[in-house]
Amino acid sequence: MIRRSLLPLCLAVAPGALLAQTLPSPTPASKVFTREQIGNSLAPPTLDKGKPRANPAAAPRDDGEWTMPAKNYAATRFSAMQEITPANAKNLKPVVTFSLGVNKGQEAAPLVKDGTMYVVTAYPNYVYALDLTKPGAPLKWKYNPKPAPASQGVACCDVVNRGGVLSNGKFIFNTLDGQTIAVDIKTGKPVWKTQLGNINIGETITMAPLVAKGKVYVGNSGGELGVRGWVAALDEGSGDVVWKAYATGPDKDVLIGDDFHPYYASDRGKDLGVKTWPADAWKIGGGNMWGWISYDPELDLILHGTGNPGPWNAEQRPGDNKWTTGIFARDPETGAAKWFYQFTPHDEHDYDAINEQILLDMPFAGKMRKVLVRIARDGYVYVMDRHTGRVLSADPYGPVNSSKGVNLKTGRLILNPAKKTKLGQVVRDICPTASGAKDWNPSSFSPKTGLIYIPHENLCMDWMNLEVNYIAGTPYVGAEVHMKPGPGGNRGVVTAWDPIRRKPAWEYKEKFPVWSGTVTTAGGLVFFGTMDGWFKALDAKSGKLVWKYKVDSGIISQPISYRGPDGHQYIAVLSGVGGWAGAVVSGPVDPRDGSAALGFVNAMSDLPKYTTAGGSLYVFALPH
Amino acid sequence: MPAEQPDHEGVIDTALAPGSTQPAVTTDPRADQYYDNAEAVATGKRLYHQFNCVGCHSNGGGGMGPNLMDDVWIYGGRLTQIHQTLVEGRPNGMPAWGGRIPDDQLWKIAAYVRSMSLPATLAAQHGPTPSQNPAPVPRKADAHAGWAPPRDTTNDYTSTVKGPGQ
Repeated sequence: MIRRSLLPLCLAVAPGALLAQTLPSPTPASKVFTREQIGNSLAPPTLDKGKPRANPAAAPRDDGEWTMPAKNYAATRFSAMQEITPANAKNLKPVVTFSLGVNKGQEAAPLVKDGTMYVVTAYPNYVYALDLTKPGAPLKWKYNPKPAPASQGVACCDVVNRGGVLSNGKFIFNTLDGQTIAVDIKTGKPVWKTQLGNINIGETITMAPLVAKGKVYVGNSGGELGVRGWVAALDEGSGDVVWKAYATGPDKDVLIGDDFHPYYASDRGKDLGVKTWPADAWKIGGGNMWGWISYDPELDLILHGTGNPGPWNAEQRPGDNKWTTGIFARDPETGAAKWFYQFTPHDEHDYDAINEQILLDMPFAGKMRKVLVRIARDGYVYVMDRHTGRVLSADPYGPVNSSKGVNLKTGRLILNPAKKTKLGQVVRDICPTASGAKDWNPSSFSPKTGLIYIPHENLCMDWMNLEVNYIAGTPYVGAEVHMKPGPGGNRGVVTAWDPIRRKPAWEYKEKFPVWSGTVTTAGGLVFFGTMDGWFKALDAKSGKLVWKYKVDSGIISQPISYRGPDGHQYIAVLSGVGGWAGAVVSGPVDPRDGSAALGFVNAMSDLPKYTTAGGSLYVFALPH
Repeated sequence: MPAEQPDHEGVIDTALAPGSTQPAVTTDPRADQYYDNAEAVATGKRLYHQFNCVGCHSNGGGGMGPNLMDDVWIYGGRLTQIHQTLVEGRPNGMPAWGGRIPDDQLWKIAAYVRSMSLPATLAAQHGPTPSQNPAPVPRKADAHAGWAPPRDTTNDYTSTVKGPGQ
C-alpha cells in the first residue's frame, strides 16, 4: 500500500502563527448523523389533543414585571406584552444606556419591579438599582460586595454572573467568591450574607439563585477544578442553610432515601454515587450546579441538573460517575431526591447537564402530559415526564455524532465508539463540541406559537486526553481541545423548535455562536443578541429578521421585556462580550493558541476583529 | 530620602525607582544557570503540565489566567520576576507555589514561560498548539535596563488587530 498520507503532512508545514489564526475548516455534514437517523419518541405526535402551554401555577398571568431571570418557575421567558410587533419593531430606539463599569462577560438578566431596575455585573459583582420613573433612569444605589480578588483565578470560563432574583423586598444574588447575599432593595444594604463556597478548593458561584417556598436555591461552580457539586437551600429570611445535596458520594450526602424512585433501573441501587467511581474519585468528581433550577408548584418539585464529571479525561474515572450530567427532582423542603435521570453516563465530552428545563403541559400519546423540556448540551431536545423522570422523546437539534440517539427502553444514550476520547491520541470531529449544541444560555417558549426559541451553537471539536494530577484549587481537566465550526460553517443559530412535531419550524443562522438567551413576546417577536454586537428581533412565526441595532460590545446576556411605569413595553439587555465563548476578547487570551480557553479560541480567533470588551445596559422602546 | 534598606529590596516589580531617572533592575545570581539552557525549558514544559499551569494558561494562550506568549508582562518578564510571581502568587488569581514545588523546578517553569514569547519558539509552531518546541531563553532577554524585553527576544503580534474590513 502506498502511504499517500505523508504528502498532506509535508504541506502542513507553514508559519505557525498563520495556522492558528486561520479558522479551522468546518466539520463536513457527512460526518454527523441526520435527524432521521437518530430521532426517537415513544409515540407519534397527537396534535388534536391540545396545544403546549405552561402550567398556570408555574407561569402565572404576566404582570409586566420581571423578577427572576427565567420570568417564572416554568422558565418560559415569555412576555405577554404586545405593543412591539413585527410591523413596528423597525422603530425601536434606545431610551436608556448605562455603563456597568465592568468590561467582562455580562450574562445576567436585568430585573424589574415597581419602577426600578436591578442589574448585577460580572466580577466584582456590582449591583445597580436604577429608577425607571425618571428620565434617563438615574442610579438609586450601587452595592459593591467586594468579592475576594483571587476568586478570578479559579473561575473556569470568564468571571460571569447569571443574575439575581427579587423576592420580598430583597435582591438576592451570588458572588464569584461563593457568597449568597440578600440586599434590601430600598437601602442597597445587605440584609444577610452566607459564605457557601471555598475558593481554596476551586469553588466559585456564577449561577442565578431561585427563590421558592421561602427558600433560596443555590449551586456551585468548579467542574474544571475537581470541585464536588452541590445544591443548597437557604432560608430566605436569614440566609441559614436548610439543606445541602451533593451530586456525588454516598446516598446520605446526595439526600437519596426512601422517597427516591428513579424511572430507569440503572439509577437504582445503594450508594451509586460512590460505586460508579474509582476509589475516592467521587470526592473530586464535579457534577456542579451552575445553571438553571425550575420549580413545579403543582407537583411540588425542585428540578435541577448536574454538571460534567471531573476530570475531563474520562479514562481516569471508569464507571457511570453518578450523579453527574443528569437531572434531579427534589422535595423543596428537605432536598430529598424523588427521581433522577442521567443524560450522559460516564461523560467523555464535557456535556454538563445544567441547561434550563422548561415546564410545559403538552399533548403526547393521546393526552395532555406534564413534561419538562431540556435542550441539552449533548445535542438533543429531551421531552421528559416531570412526574416520573421518564424520557418521552429525544431529538437532535444540532450536529450530533458522539452518540446515536437514546434507547427509550433503558433511557441510556447510545454512544458512538468512534468518538470515544483517548489518552495521547487526537479524536477528530466530535459533534457537538464541549460547550454543547447549546450551553447555559436559555431558550424561551411562546404559548402563542407553541414554539421554543433555542439560542445555540454549531460547533464540533478535536479532543485528546492528557494525564492530570489533582491539586486542590487548580484546574483538573486533562484534555486538549480544539473547537471548530460545525457543518455549514455558521457557528451560531437560533432554532424555533416545535416540541410536538419534534422538528424545527425555522432556523436563523449566525456567524458566531449565539451565547445570549432569547426572550419572546405576545407581540410576535423573539429577541436575542450576537457576539459581534448586534441586538436583533425576529418574527416569531417566520424567523425573519425585522430589526437590529449595533451596541458597544458583543451580547451574551439574557434579554427581558417589561411594562414600564408609563405602561409602555420596554426591552432591556446587557452588552459585554466574554464568557467561555468570548474569552478571546474579554480575557487576556492570545488568538494564536487554539487550545486556549479550553479550546474555544480555536473556533473564535477572528472575534477580536469584530468586537471589543465592554459592559452596558441598553433599554429599547417605540417612540411614544 | 528614605533610609536604604538593602536587605529588603526584594524583586523589583515596577519601572519606577524614586529619586532615579532610570528604572532599577533586580539581578539574582540564581537565575544564571537557566539562561541558554535547553534542558531547563524542556523540563519546564513537563512541569508546567504536571502542576496544572496548562489548565489556566493553556499552551501560552491563556484562559482562566493571562496569556504568556505576547510581550505584555503584568509583573515583569525577567526570569527573576517570573520566578518571584511563581513563588509569591499574585492577588488576582495566581496561586503561590513557593515551598510547594522545589525551587529549581520553579526556575525551570519560569524559563519555559519566558520561552513561550521568544521568536524562535513561535517560529517552531506547527499547527494550532504553540509552545511545543521551546527555545532556550537567551541571556540577552534579561540583559537590558528597561521594563520592556529587547525586541529580538519577543514579539508584538497582539499590538495591531485588523478589522473585518481589511
